Amino acid sequence: MASAFKDEHSGATPVQSDAVVVRFAGDSGDGMQLTGGQFTLSSALAGNDFATFPDFPAEIRAPIGTLFGVSAFQINFGSSAIDTAGDQPDVLIAMNPAALKTNVDSLREGGLIIADTGEFNQRNLDKAKYSSNPFEDGSLAKWQVLAFDISALTLEAVKPFGMGNKDALRCKNMWTLGLALWMFDRDRQPIIDWLNAKFAKNQVLADANIAALNAGHAYGETAELAGPLKQYHVDAAPAPAGLYRTVTGAESISYGLVAGAQLAGLKMFFGGYPITPASAILHHLSRLKEYGITTFQAEDEIAAICSAIGASYAGQLGVTSSSGPGIALKGEAMGLAIMTELPLVIVNSQRGGPSTGLPTKTEQSDLYQAVYGRNGDAPMPVIAARSPVDCFDCAVEAVRIAVEYMTPVMLLTDGYIANAAEPWLVPDLEGYKPFPVEFMESIPEGGFKPYARDHKLKRPWVKPGTPGLLHRIGGIEKELDTGHINYAPANHQAMTDIRSAKVNNVADSIPDQNVEQGAAGAKLAVIGWGSTYGPIKQAVRRKRAEGVDVAHVHIRHIWPMPKNMADLLKSFDKVIVPEMNTGQLKTILRDQFLVDAKPVNKVSGQPFTIAEIEAAIESALG
Amino acid sequence: MNDMTPVRATTPKDWETDQEVRWCPGCGDYAILKAVQRTMPEIGGTPENTVFISGIGCSSRFPYYMETYGFHTIHGRAPAVATGVKLANPDLDVWIITGDGDALSIGGNHTMHLLRRNLDCQIMLFNNEIYGLTKGQYSPTSRVGTNSPSTPYGSVDRPATPCAFALGSGARFVARGFDVSKNLPEVLKAAHAHRGAAFIEIFQNCIVYNKDVFEEFAAPKGAEGHQLWLRNGEPMMFGSEKSGGTKGIALDSGALTLKVVDVIDGDWKNAGVIVHDVTNRSLAHMLVEMPFGEFPMALGVLYDDPRPTFNDAVIAQNESASAGKTADLGKLLAKGQTWTVEDGHPET
Repeated sequence: MASAFKDEHSGATPVQSDAVVVRFAGDSGDGMQLTGGQFTLSSALAGNDFATFPDFPAEIRAPIGTLFGVSAFQINFGSSAIDTAGDQPDVLIAMNPAALKTNVDSLREGGLIIADTGEFNQRNLDKAKYSSNPFEDGSLAKWQVLAFDISALTLEAVKPFGMGNKDALRCKNMWTLGLALWMFDRDRQPIIDWLNAKFAKNQVLADANIAALNAGHAYGETAELAGPLKQYHVDAAPAPAGLYRTVTGAESISYGLVAGAQLAGLKMFFGGYPITPASAILHHLSRLKEYGITTFQAEDEIAAICSAIGASYAGQLGVTSSSGPGIALKGEAMGLAIMTELPLVIVNSQRGGPSTGLPTKTEQSDLYQAVYGRNGDAPMPVIAARSPVDCFDCAVEAVRIAVEYMTPVMLLTDGYIANAAEPWLVPDLEGYKPFPVEFMESIPEGGFKPYARDHKLKRPWVKPGTPGLLHRIGGIEKELDTGHINYAPANHQAMTDIRSAKVNNVADSIPDQNVEQGAAGAKLAVIGWGSTYGPIKQAVRRKRAEGVDVAHVHIRHIWPMPKNMADLLKSFDKVIVPEMNTGQLKTILRDQFLVDAKPVNKVSGQPFTIAEIEAAIESALG
Repeated sequence: MNDMTPVRATTPKDWETDQEVRWCPGCGDYAILKAVQRTMPEIGGTPENTVFISGIGCSSRFPYYMETYGFHTIHGRAPAVATGVKLANPDLDVWIITGDGDALSIGGNHTMHLLRRNLDCQIMLFNNEIYGLTKGQYSPTSRVGTNSPSTPYGSVDRPATPCAFALGSGARFVARGFDVSKNLPEVLKAAHAHRGAAFIEIFQNCIVYNKDVFEEFAAPKGAEGHQLWLRNGEPMMFGSEKSGGTKGIALDSGALTLKVVDVIDGDWKNAGVIVHDVTNRSLAHMLVEMPFGEFPMALGVLYDDPRPTFNDAVIAQNESASAGKTADLGKLLAKGQTWTVEDGHPET
């Protein structure tokens, strides 16, 4: 990726750049996520491709000025395809000493620091554990520094509105956003419209924030110093024609579930319990009641899934959602859904574990839990979304498998995907093939048997309330066909085999595994799943540009896998599997296909950088 | 249920399945099953619109023996499954079958929240003060000192009082009965007539692991002196000449508690006997806590004062929030701050 700021520049024409990575960092009360979100919107409206990475603490209002209270938002935007939030920022905007301290080491050498000196007082320096002022001790020598008193400039800008000092200083983020908009040659109007809408009930707040935004912008314009502050322009990225919007993973999953329910011709029941980072799905769906959605905030994770199972039993599409710890609590109920063969979608927005782990940080460490994490032989389809946009199709696919095979399905996403935003070419819903559910409503030829099966091994779905088809289901082993209680050895063997075969049959309905870049037979394959898609794609692209014979395979259908997977994997000389865990897909690939898959692991709570994957490719081929 | 559909008359036999009943011979569950099968025709139930949902334990096998829809779920979770069933199809008549361990130990949380929300259903808690299906461990309703495989020196923790738990959780209907009581169908009918969560504690005799633990009040001999059958609008009286005199329940206004008083020559008014009012919540609190021994066992409908149900509220909100809106997903996706790319060039 080309970097900004490498050219000497003077004059009023903005410097052209291909891509820029900007990180906004401040105290968790400084509104950095909001600032980042609005900057993202302006990037979208400028036609840039982009990827974002919100990174915030688990504490809602951590003590002011502390290192652990720093909240950051990184955006990578460019005039060509962007797949990651960027390895290293080119620009770091640090609103206080703690933000500088925790973020500066990731800044590219020669990159630009913009800092608010108004916050660099002794008290804040102490809180950030700086023994001396970094602007004075030479410790920032390898970067360009632009430090000035944003606090004072903000106070000055909002003075006419007669606000208290504390409230006035809360406009600092808009001042900074104004400066950033100037730096990257952006239109202020959409942000002004947004502020007017946001503070519609308090015009003074709206006006003050707009004044701060304008002041930051004007500061850039008039104080275009001989120093490092310059204006840059990133052209629009070429993209297929159509209507675009930004979307986060949580939004995309929610819309995908709605689309899935519509394609199935079902009403949706969503049972959820608040948990980071999954709650956003509950929030989104709660506002969509006109789509035939009932949302239920249950008393706990177990009640959330059990209520969804109850709704599926009654003939709606049951959906539940959580993150790792909540998914663990739902395990027994997933077994019930497997045993009673009811459709159910379980969304797992993974986060760092085990136990409470890292609530706001991303990880892919629930793959074992998804594939193996239940008592008994309890096979369940598992699919994984690779990006915020991909969540939509994955959610539709999860619904399809659930209703076409009468089975619970786990849809894996993660904290990074859930919170990150990217541009989305709004899909044409006409392009999705409906999969309408047919309930059994009368006694079929040969008599009614609740566990009789079709060619796919699916049992019928009968809604309570249907005359003539009364029957009982439950978690105790079922007799073949009749569904009566049956503990006989041969029956349990047969039913276990059927449950497994039914889930394996899902492979008949999914496409062959494709190769994203490169081809079967390459010297090295990089096999990924989930949110590692961006860094793997870019790393493989770069290596291939250097002439390295490397392929990228990204797996959506993790259980069962596409039918060609064995042949495909065996075609490669070497296979590496980068994952944000200690090697879970690697284990599954070794187990299922006896391939010598080598792990590449990272569990720091941060996504892979492109450079890390490149290094892994070099090392594997070295 | 559609009001226009003529109600099909059923007989108790119509509510029996072809499944072999697998409770121990002599188990109190048989009597409860019969009572329910006798009650269903009387309340005008239709088998296809009735769902029995249970957790885990001896009592939770119940759905297999009812010719209705049935769901034998997992331990403690029947209220949660029932909530999903009722919200997805409020026309179904939902009955939850549970036990003392299922409802008050592993599933205590769900029981509390179902009652608090007031889901329209009946909850039959079979209380035998023991874990039967796991072979006799003490339960959350076992009395202090209960000897069991897990408490060989006697249990030391104080038991929960199911009806007090229910009332404390916000239940709007609380009743008590016992397995072989001839009054059980009347209690079940009252529960069914109540719109909202109707909680019924049914003392059930586990003849293998906790035999005759309720004998002191459930035995036919001397029953009139040990059982206070509550009837709305009637004075709270019990006993007879045979049992040592007619007695009544009166208020000890000094101590703000109940007391037992003698009723001489039927003059209950003079004795200060309270007239049962099923809508009096304070009275219900005193009745559920009334200690047996010093007092008779309070049975029948202790409390019945309906409030709007959870399912009605959810559906009403779903409807009001949807009013005037069309479910056009394509439009929804294209909403908000969007931009159009034409020929590879964006325009805002």
